[in-house]
Amino acid sequence: MPAGFSALDFYYILPELLLTGGAMVVLLLAVLTPRNDNLLLGVSLGTLVASVLSVSLFSGLDVTAARGLLAVDSFAAFFKFIVLLSAGLTMLMSAPYLRVEGLKAGEYYFLILCATLGMMFMASGVDLITLFIGLETMAVSFYILAGFLKPNPRSNEAAVKYFLLGAFSLGVLLYGMSLVYGATGTTSLQGIAVALSGQSPSMVIVLAVVLIGAGMGFKIAAVPFHMWAPDVYEGAPTPVTAFLSVGSKAASFAMLLRIFVEALPAVAADWSALFWVLAVLTMTLGNIAALTQSNLKRMLAYSSIAHAGYLLIGVVVGTERGVASMLVYLGVYLFMQLGAFAIVVAMRRSDVVGDELKDLGGLFRRSPAAAFMMLLFMLSLGGIPPTAGFMGKVWLFGAAVDAGFVWLAVIAVANSAVSLYYYLRVVVFMWMHEDAQPGSPLVFGPAMTVALGIAILGTVVFGIYPQLLFEQAQAAAGTLEGFSATVALR
Amino acid sequence: MLDAYIPVLLFVLVAIGFAIFTLMVSSLVQSSRYNRVKLEPYECGIEPVTDARDRYSVRYYLIAMLFVIFDVETVFMFPWAVIMDELALFGLIEMLVFLFILVLGYVYAWRKGALEWA
Amino acid sequence: MDFIWLIPLLPGVGAAINGLLGIRYFSKVLAARIACATMGAALLLSLVAFLELLGLEHREHVVTLAHWIPPIPLETASGIGAFEVPWAFRLDPLSGMMILIVTGIGFLIHLYSTAYMDHEPRGGYVRFFCYLNLFCFFMLTLVLGSTFLVMFVGWEGVGLCSYLLIGFWYHKQSASDAGKKAFIVNRIGDFGFVLGVFLVFYTFGTVDFREVAEAASHMPVEVAGFGVVSAICLLLFVGAVGKSAQIPLYVWLPDAMEGPTPVSALIHAATMVTAGVYMVGRNAVLFEHAPMVMTVVATVGALTALMAATIGLVQTDIKKVLAYSTVSQLGYMFLATGVGAFAAGAFHLMTHAFFKALLFLGSGSVIHAMDEEQDMKKMGGLKYYMGTTFITMFIGAIAIAGVPPFSGFFSKDEILYRTFLSNKWLWGLAVVTAGMTAFYMFRLIFMTFFGDYRGPGWKHEEHGGHAEEHGHTWHGPHESPRLMTVPLMVLAVGAFAAGFVGVPAALGGGNAIEHFLEPSFVATSASHAGEAEHAVAHLSHGAELALMAFSVLVGLAGISLAYHLYVRRRGQADRLAANWSVAHRVLLNKYYVDEAYGATAIDGTMASARGLWTVDRRVVDGAVNGAGWLTRALSWVSHVLDKYVVDGLVNLVGWICQEGSYLFRRVQTGLIQNYAVATLFGVFAFITMYLVARYVGV
Repeated sequence: MPAGFSALDFYYILPELLLTGGAMVVLLLAVLTPRNDNLLLGVSLGTLVASVLSVSLFSGLDVTAARGLLAVDSFAAFFKFIVLLSAGLTMLMSAPYLRVEGLKAGEYYFLILCATLGMMFMASGVDLITLFIGLETMAVSFYILAGFLKPNPRSNEAAVKYFLLGAFSLGVLLYGMSLVYGATGTTSLQGIAVALSGQSPSMVIVLAVVLIGAGMGFKIAAVPFHMWAPDVYEGAPTPVTAFLSVGSKAASFAMLLRIFVEALPAVAADWSALFWVLAVLTMTLGNIAALTQSNLKRMLAYSSIAHAGYLLIGVVVGTERGVASMLVYLGVYLFMQLGAFAIVVAMRRSDVVGDELKDLGGLFRRSPAAAFMMLLFMLSLGGIPPTAGFMGKVWLFGAAVDAGFVWLAVIAVANSAVSLYYYLRVVVFMWMHEDAQPGSPLVFGPAMTVALGIAILGTVVFGIYPQLLFEQAQAAAGTLEGFSATVALR
Repeated sequence: MLDAYIPVLLFVLVAIGFAIFTLMVSSLVQSSRYNRVKLEPYECGIEPVTDARDRYSVRYYLIAMLFVIFDVETVFMFPWAVIMDELALFGLIEMLVFLFILVLGYVYAWRKGALEWA
Repeated sequence: MDFIWLIPLLPGVGAAINGLLGIRYFSKVLAARIACATMGAALLLSLVAFLELLGLEHREHVVTLAHWIPPIPLETASGIGAFEVPWAFRLDPLSGMMILIVTGIGFLIHLYSTAYMDHEPRGGYVRFFCYLNLFCFFMLTLVLGSTFLVMFVGWEGVGLCSYLLIGFWYHKQSASDAGKKAFIVNRIGDFGFVLGVFLVFYTFGTVDFREVAEAASHMPVEVAGFGVVSAICLLLFVGAVGKSAQIPLYVWLPDAMEGPTPVSALIHAATMVTAGVYMVGRNAVLFEHAPMVMTVVATVGALTALMAATIGLVQTDIKKVLAYSTVSQLGYMFLATGVGAFAAGAFHLMTHAFFKALLFLGSGSVIHAMDEEQDMKKMGGLKYYMGTTFITMFIGAIAIAGVPPFSGFFSKDEILYRTFLSNKWLWGLAVVTAGMTAFYMFRLIFMTFFGDYRGPGWKHEEHGGHAEEHGHTWHGPHESPRLMTVPLMVLAVGAFAAGFVGVPAALGGGNAIEHFLEPSFVATSASHAGEAEHAVAHLSHGAELALMAFSVLVGLAGISLAYHLYVRRRGQADRLAANWSVAHRVLLNKYYVDEAYGATAIDGTMASARGLWTVDRRVVDGAVNGAGWLTRALSWVSHVLDKYVVDGLVNLVGWICQEGSYLFRRVQTGLIQNYAVATLFGVFAFITMYLVARYVGV
């Protein structure tokens, strides 16, 4: 074994190894056995569960592995749980969707597992190269997934757009990373922090901050790097959109926090200002654009952009508490966003596409259960108690006020008020508008029921009993290094 | 320092010499009856100069992509082979794992019919 | 003792099982067994916990189950505080006593209900037990909660269950109206309670009872002024007034008798309505620092006791008499807490739970026997038909009348004694009330069980087939089944004996319960423990005995008057009523309070709505019309301005909006090149921003 590596390193990447193995098994099953969607779903979910269990093996650890390429800490674990859970929910809601669309389940699940693998490396990488490889693994999987509806021109368009713009933004990101490497001579996040400490930041580093910020801003769909999001979200298969808006976003936030908080605390004031502007632009534009959308998926895309804006508040604040609040919000966002998308997926039936707002007309009369669940998700996204969305917003905005970013909090609250308009418009459609053309009845199969059940449970339980999530988030934020420098600067 | 490149120089000289030698020998022995086909750079395979808007099978892309993947694999094996001694058994196992994953992709492509032309 | 969180949870689990599965699938027997088993288990656990509590030196045990609300920064009087609430339960003497009452009496009433509710169809039967269990879950949460917020969860929960159970027979208009009335009146009280909790957090920065008590004990007693502690206490008391049915919010309790009788016994006599008293006792330290509010509490209590007792004198519905009696007895408890005798109030709470539950269950047995008849005028002579019910109810009546050595005597006498020390006027009211209590209780006993039978006739069994027709036809008054009489007997024993834990010193006892409960009413610091004791003036044992004898005499006078009027010289009562017809009518109509509320609060709301509508039509519309005329007059002038200035401005704004929206839509073209340009534009904009900041120096 080469120097610096040990058998322990393989133990530490057990969750990732399990995912890799599971993905290969799924791919082989897809070509070597007759088509059996349930088996493939079972194996994929089993892989995720095994990975979750192995992640929990390392709870409480705070070490680096593989010669300082990977960190095994609570921060990584938190994000791994989030991406694994969102992958699981995505798969569960995909099962009926694949059947309706007649898509190949094997490749689909394989790609989701690969994307999840990339996200996990983004969560635990503490080296620019590791992070970049993770990002690429995730991105390439998503390029294919976005175009998975082969006969659908919109889906193809989404894939091509996402690929070209993704490649472009990765170029920007790499440019930034190379500048950092040039200035410090290392790609290790800790090494960068050490090299930059104690000297006044050069213009090169500030330039790198902007470039990396732009590259990551693309991934989290922050304005003005968000242009791809509405088109891709609308064109991609709905479960993929859901996964893109939750899993990919969460992992990108993990990477963003790792790079900026751990490696660049020396220029904290600079990137804090950058993200302040990004956050305000993102939430304002996202919400205003969402107001007039008539397509449900497109509306949720803009809503997801707005949520990225809220989440950025945590980065702007940059303190341990800010990050913890942001993690709480991410955890909450996972349930409500995936739940809302699950309803949109359920609306897709053999004879109805169901992603237009008017398709929801009179849903309350046709399927009260679906309408009530959608109501809950919309209230949560809008931040109305007693749902989880409210608790998340309370902390996030509270953290901003606490750290002295009062104006940011005011803008965010005003934005939440604006957002209620379009969230409640969905409710108005479901309750008060005349029936849409009926189509075949909404059916919730077992997989969809489980997915919706988990989403509802999360949305309600964390609204009433948020402590559970909060403790995890606090522990996770606690293991992120570099806060002391941030605080010292302020 | 330049001394180190002397073997390379020798190698280049020998290569050039061999080429000249073969061409000369062949020009001495061959019969010279030219026609259109004979004068093309490659006597078999693709037309070198055609209209750019020509249609050809999409399978070229598939094959080409698969070729690139397996070609890159081979490229990766060169540096590995150079330090094979240092890496020892661990390196061998690593490379076997790498190859296994590639073979998996190969099996997938095969089963999917990507290698069949018709 | 860390298991105390299980005590509320067990009935909760029972409710969940019966609610989620039972209503659809379970048989009556199975549902009843689940409900009774969970309550029985909770009772056992409570007993164990209580015994362990006796062994603790500090008499307090807090179990923090989990953190519930993680810290939220909120403004308090002393800067930004953290609003943080754990799910914590606290077992101390007061809550220990309460859980025994709730689980003990709750268990008996569950047993009783299995027989009492037997006529219900299966679904309703299971639903009833689900609600009953749910109530116990919330009630136990209420008493065990160690913070205001956990208590509030229970507080609202029992209100909900009360609403559900009062309106249990929802197809009856009066029942569903009564449920709504209870709920709405309680909301008024809850509003005060919530405001009180807000103020507690604002003042002390915590909502934990113990911490609040600690902090309050270091504050000065607000003797002269009306400070923040007084405000808190007054607001909390508003909540207690709603929940415990005191003036002016008592109106819901008599109507609540529309619910099934076991519900009246459990919720509206023994447990939920005492939550207000419990809450005041729980915050004894706070209230002791607000003497003005204490006076208010005592006065409201005494007046409620008197007023409800007078109404009870003339009611003829057996449950209504008991309902007003409950209101009156709750007034007693508030009187006790108001004069600072928190332990005496809690003591009376306990004895009252026994004898009032007994009386309610007994009345249920009577109603059952009389085929759902509740009017005492149509009863009489029932002691020949239902001996057990008669004897047990008689014991209950003696207990509430305050005849020694029954339980009511000790607790009531302690209250009277402490009131006498504090305020002679209130004592006078309380004594009068005691006399009335004895009178109306024995009026109830005599009208129901003595004299001639005045009810409807019935078919004798020899006619018609007995087997098929049972359940459809009524065969005359009969003793209730064992499942109903056994709880009566157990409660009768309690009603007799429960007072012996509080025998006062003057009678040679040690007043054990007062010493036992004392730690719950003081802040932890030991120095305060004796303070309350010393502050109270003492009378000699002789004087105390004289007071006791006097109150017993008053009670006996009430009993003998009832005997005189309703047994010896029947008809005398009617003559009296005829002679004092005005007073009688006023009492019979409960002082017309419901009518007064109807005429003021309810009609007032409606009238103001109508008034606003009229104003809207007359004034606003008139103004609009006037403005219209004025506008027409001015329109010629404005026409010119309009055309050139206003239109121009409006069009400008519209134009800007439209162009902005077009701009926005033009940006989202769908063309990749443009998107990439936007990204690049963003990058360059930010770089420019930094360059400017750095080299121009902003």
